[in-house]
Amino acid sequence: MKQLMLGNEAVARGLYEAGCSVISSYPGTPSTEITEYASKYDDMYSEWAPNEKVAMEVAIGASIGGKRSFCAMKHVGLNVAADPLFTVAYSGVNGGMVIAVADDPGMHSSQNEQDSRHYAIASKVPMLEPSDSSECLAFTKLAFEISERFDTPVILRLSTRIAHSQSLIETADRIVPMQKEYIKNPAKYVMMPAMAKARHVVVEKRTLDLVEYAETSTVNKVIMNNSKIGIITSGTSYQYAREALGDEASYLKLGMVNPLPIKLIQDFASKVEKLYVIEELDDIFETHCKKIGLNVVGKDIFPVIGEFSQNLIAQKMGAAINDTLSLEETIPVRPPVMCAGCPHRGMFYTLSKNKVMVSGDIGCYTLGAQAPLQSIDTTICMGASISGLHGFNKAMGEKGEKSSVAVIGDSTFMHSGITGLANIAYNNSNSTVIILDNSITGMTGHQQNPTTGYNIKGEPATKISLEKLCEAVGINRVTVVDPYDLKRCDEVVKEELAAEEPSVIIARRPCALLKSVKHKPALHVVNDSCKGCKSCMKIGCPAISIRDKKAVIDKTLCVGCGLCQSLCAFSAIHEGEEA
Amino acid sequence: MNSNNINEVKSIMIVGVGGQGTLLASRILGNAILAQNYDVKVSEVHGMSQRGGSVVTYVRFGKEVCSPVIDEGQADIIVSFEQLEAARWLKYLKKGGKLITSTQKIDPMPVITGAATYPNNLIEQMKEKGIDLVAVDALSLAEEAGSSKATNVVLMGVLSNYLDFEDKFWEDAINQCVPSKFLDVNRKAFTLGEMHR
Ligand code: SF4
Ligand code: SF4
Repeated sequence: MKQLMLGNEAVARGLYEAGCSVISSYPGTPSTEITEYASKYDDMYSEWAPNEKVAMEVAIGASIGGKRSFCAMKHVGLNVAADPLFTVAYSGVNGGMVIAVADDPGMHSSQNEQDSRHYAIASKVPMLEPSDSSECLAFTKLAFEISERFDTPVILRLSTRIAHSQSLIETADRIVPMQKEYIKNPAKYVMMPAMAKARHVVVEKRTLDLVEYAETSTVNKVIMNNSKIGIITSGTSYQYAREALGDEASYLKLGMVNPLPIKLIQDFASKVEKLYVIEELDDIFETHCKKIGLNVVGKDIFPVIGEFSQNLIAQKMGAAINDTLSLEETIPVRPPVMCAGCPHRGMFYTLSKNKVMVSGDIGCYTLGAQAPLQSIDTTICMGASISGLHGFNKAMGEKGEKSSVAVIGDSTFMHSGITGLANIAYNNSNSTVIILDNSITGMTGHQQNPTTGYNIKGEPATKISLEKLCEAVGINRVTVVDPYDLKRCDEVVKEELAAEEPSVIIARRPCALLKSVKHKPALHVVNDSCKGCKSCMKIGCPAISIRDKKAVIDKTLCVGCGLCQSLCAFSAIHEGEEA
Repeated sequence: MNSNNINEVKSIMIVGVGGQGTLLASRILGNAILAQNYDVKVSEVHGMSQRGGSVVTYVRFGKEVCSPVIDEGQADIIVSFEQLEAARWLKYLKKGGKLITSTQKIDPMPVITGAATYPNNLIEQMKEKGIDLVAVDALSLAEEAGSSKATNVVLMGVLSNYLDFEDKFWEDAINQCVPSKFLDVNRKAFTLGEMHR
């Protein structure tokens, strides 16, 4: 029976059917749901690791132990895991090992738009790219076969549109291969110079074998229609191209995007009049085609930036597209915002009021950069808030130390904040770090982490104490505050900025969206008392707006956190039902 | 150069504000389509933009669906959970397409902070453009059914009037997608939507 399945869920199903046994990942949009769905199968062990490097190393260990293993991450997560990737490419596998990486062309939820195919090329690891959910399932299974047949990890590359689209799949039973015996083999698994030199030779030979495989494997498909136009493409771009051009063009759809075949491409090129390469982001297929002496049209007409679409392809190829309708009015943008009752809001208000420079990080709280709070100065990558602040203060001296802080979430702190904090303590910069502890990984949709006390299945787990951890790293001043308590937040921030040694403030309050969080009833504005001064609007709560010059609170959104109340000088905001 | 199969594909967009329950609506619609043996693709938004941002889900079905997304000028029907979002995504509507919108208004942050204003009379403006528009106070109907959270199902009820699906496909889809303790409220919400023409 056919089922409608999200691309990510289909990858999880593929893991199940392929008999994968050990799964370790760190959440990251658009890859998160793979591991969430995988954790629902009791026959597979799955976990959230503190970061992508740890996750990949867990998968490597499980593979060496003889079982099929897997890890998933978003594109920037692969940067974190790049270190083990480049060496497991040498050691190869025992049980099959697959790494899913989800790119985000168009940056729906990311800080950059990198093309992860570069990693496959650089690390010399084969990479498959599905173009719908049924291929997500099939390619996941195929990836394990390739992994074991060629003794290599295999990367499965997804993009937002594949990961987050549902399409039809058909399921099959789970078949678990026999666990491979672990045999001590330092020449294969101990990558020190003498052994690694020998393994590099093996890797180059393997690449040649994989090219041979790519020439004939059904993973790459030729669809011959009209021979005037030939298109080399993969993934979502294939779907857009087929939508825009249909049977007017012939296609070479690459399911294996590294290494690339040579004869297959040359043969396809010889059968068509004009050859186009349609690929999102960088010009990887195009460069390959040019290298093997083919004349192709690619990035001279298609953009390097952003997502493609059927209209974009039709337009660039000179085809007509439908007219559109729109209003003359300017439609205000609607950016994502921190939720009503978000525990981060109180601390951001405090920082904004004290006019401190804020070295920010990756998470829900990155939204604090927007108006009206505008309380974040920098965001680079996971963990950079803390290490970046240290550098900033080394450059600025005391002036910086007294007026700058780092903000980082609990999950991000566990991911890569700890080492930065150790550096602050060790290299003695008088920096102030604020851990925004909302007791969950918020942005990606509520995943557990080592500080929450629960594992991926929601079962009780070891809960790491942030206070003790910071002390152990060498920080003497650790203070916990409730971010709903604006007065106390203000005092603590002032005290710690003034202190003559490094300090950590833990602003602790669980995410307002967690089901376990009990909310107070909505507040309301007493119309006669409200002077319309808009003081309550300074915190940017989406539940408050001004109608007819008076503040109103949307009772379906308000969670009664009381922040706006503490800002109103006229006591116009009250608890309980309107009179 | 457009191929034939695109003409056989029906494209429906569900737009709104993150947190309004657009994902459940698209799941119900997707399941109702699936039961009728069509090829179908549903493209969703996860992650960052779900936090109170403008969100869109694309639902496409027919003999064979290629692209999971709908492009400008391609939607047969747009179902909007909010007026401003209806106006924002209007350019995706095909000529002669249908726009179903809830009359609900939610101020985006630039309006809340005073950096922008919420346009007046959006529904009238769209009607003046000659757009085939159905406006419905879905929030009130949902409250009448027993929960403001059932707005999404009210709107699916309205949509059902413009798709020739048999009732049983909708009923089964609601049963599959809604937790059993909320079934009664949601069935009522669907009927109230269906009655709005
Ligand atoms: S702070 Fe008080 S008086 Fe000022 S606008 Fe808000 S509710 Fe009205
Ligand atoms: S109490 Fe005020 S600040 Fe808190 S959620 Fe309600 S309206 Fe927003």
